[in-house]
Amino acid sequence: MWDYTKEVMEHYRNPKNVGKIDDAEAIGEAGSLVCGDALKIYLKIKDNMVVDAKFQTFGCGSAVASSSVLTEMIIGKPLDEVKKITNKDIADRLGGLPPEKMHCSVMGHEALENALSKYFKEDVAPHEKDKMVCTCFSVTEKQILNAIKDNNLKTLEEVTNYTKAGGACGNCKADIQAILDKYYGSEISKAKPILTKTQRIIKINDIIENQIATELRKDGGDIDLIDIDDNKVYVELKGCCSKCKNSTMTLKNFVEATLREMLDEKIEVIEVEK
Amino acid sequence: MKEKCLIYLDNNATTRVDGQVLDAMLPFLGENYANPSSIYSFGGVAQKAVAKAREQIRDFINAKSDKEIFFTASGSESANTAIRGVLESNKPKKHIITTKVEHPCVLNLYKTLEKQGYKVDYIGVDSNGDLNLDTLAETVNANTALVSCMWANNETGIIFPIEKISQIIKSKNQDTKLFVDAVQAAGKIPIDVQAANIDLLSISGHKFHAPKGVGALYVKSGTLFSPLIIGGHQERGKRAGTENVPYIVAIGEAARLAKEGLEYEATEVKRLRDKLESTILKTVFNARLNSGFNNRVPNTTNIGFEYIEGELILLHLSDFGICASSGSACTSGSLEPSHVLRAMGVPFTALHGSIRFSLSRFTTEKEVDSVISIMPRVIEKLVKLSPFQNELEELRRLRG
Repeated sequence: MWDYTKEVMEHYRNPKNVGKIDDAEAIGEAGSLVCGDALKIYLKIKDNMVVDAKFQTFGCGSAVASSSVLTEMIIGKPLDEVKKITNKDIADRLGGLPPEKMHCSVMGHEALENALSKYFKEDVAPHEKDKMVCTCFSVTEKQILNAIKDNNLKTLEEVTNYTKAGGACGNCKADIQAILDKYYGSEISKAKPILTKTQRIIKINDIIENQIATELRKDGGDIDLIDIDDNKVYVELKGCCSKCKNSTMTLKNFVEATLREMLDEKIEVIEVEK
Repeated sequence: MKEKCLIYLDNNATTRVDGQVLDAMLPFLGENYANPSSIYSFGGVAQKAVAKAREQIRDFINAKSDKEIFFTASGSESANTAIRGVLESNKPKKHIITTKVEHPCVLNLYKTLEKQGYKVDYIGVDSNGDLNLDTLAETVNANTALVSCMWANNETGIIFPIEKISQIIKSKNQDTKLFVDAVQAAGKIPIDVQAANIDLLSISGHKFHAPKGVGALYVKSGTLFSPLIIGGHQERGKRAGTENVPYIVAIGEAARLAKEGLEYEATEVKRLRDKLESTILKTVFNARLNSGFNNRVPNTTNIGFEYIEGELILLHLSDFGICASSGSACTSGSLEPSHVLRAMGVPFTALHGSIRFSLSRFTTEKEVDSVISIMPRVIEKLVKLSPFQNELEELRRLRG
């Protein structure tokens, strides 16, 4: 038996906004009969607001609950707010879903995205580049990457729970793992490039010159790199900055933050006065 | 949920313990706690109780001798012992034949054995669920150590012709052993291991009103098999571990009652099942029988409700206290729908909405009538949710 929350039970017992809207401005679809869950969402849009929404769902209790709660979340909301809704928001609104059922919230979100893309006349046809990973459940690389990004998924099992990919024949499990490795691998390499001491000094100088100093000069200030000792970066603030009472803020929130983001979390920026 | 409002139609999953079975086993959880291996007369009470249970099981399946009966802790253990035991004693032979619709406890074991170098052939079924016997005959060869086949299917109730299967196998290769998973047949149809010429057969107590945690294995005398659990001398060295006396007493008593009740199963339980099935098929426009009408155990029906998902149906039935199960993917946590229904080629429109009702001798007519009256209401409510309204309208027009 699934450990469904009160909210989930209420929504599958008495789903809200069931049906279709004949003159809907946008209709979104996700899933398929073959895969065991399919959802249609109908949006009535006026002055950039969702004024009404209805749904039809073929699926389990949590799929119906996800669709039902989603319509409640978007009715009366401006489109730019609706666009920001993630699958996690849907699951949270239901008080959570069992891990194996998270794909129901993902499907709800996909149907909404599909509707909005059609409304804004974005290209919704599958791209050639968008590689099919799981043929059993028709899940593409893009869908998997989106689920990883939106939900901070770390393991193969989590990806299956959220997208169903890899849940049937299992032949694509290696591909999913490769997507995970590539995603986290690229993030790590972006955050922590391995540099020699000289390369590191050049890089720090580069960042200060091209990204930090240019910004400070806009406000009549300037910055000079004085010395580098391992993670300690000594700089001199000049121009307006040297007299500014907010110079500590500038140093920490801008100079140090930029260097940390671009290069290394451990960097400490110290101001020196000549 | 209060018991009085419970309508339990999931007896292929598990059954309630019969009151007489409980009465028989309780003294062995109480005052008669001795180890049957002990030498004093207090131990003799337990020993005699185990011996009596063995005799009851022997009688239940018409084995030749009590020595052919071994007690285990579950149907899965019986199956594992049978399969691994035969293969271990017959190491040069690496070929196994089974069916595509076996219970997962057997199928997953074969997946493991495949990794260990065995070649496993899976025989398919037709849309009625009948086994392809010609393919079976062609597949048996000199290297076939074991054929493994269920007697009745847990999801559809379809019965395989075990006697015929045995003849086919033995005519091709006398040394090939036949293991029959009879977990879903026991207590529903007569089992005669001699008439059917079976080498090994497994049963599970909780499927016929004994408690969970006890099973039995029949091994025809003269069949070589190595024990799975090695240790003491219990069960003639074939299954170590101090005998679970109360549960062994329970499965013995349950077997006695099940044998007595076979006539009732074949008549009254079947009548109620048929009433439930035929009425639902008549009153619910998108209902579809997922198996042929013939050749099934008397208690089981599997009905597909097209364009509605099974878990959702079960959740709504549960709100009425009705317990059933589904071959839908969503109920199990696995993402795939029933391998049995897929092997039969049940269309996707009905596959995900398949519901299994399984009755028992405790099922009453009143309960069946309740389900008959509730089912159309639940389905009509859920039909409204479906995105396949055009297809449903078409069905309503054709069948309604």
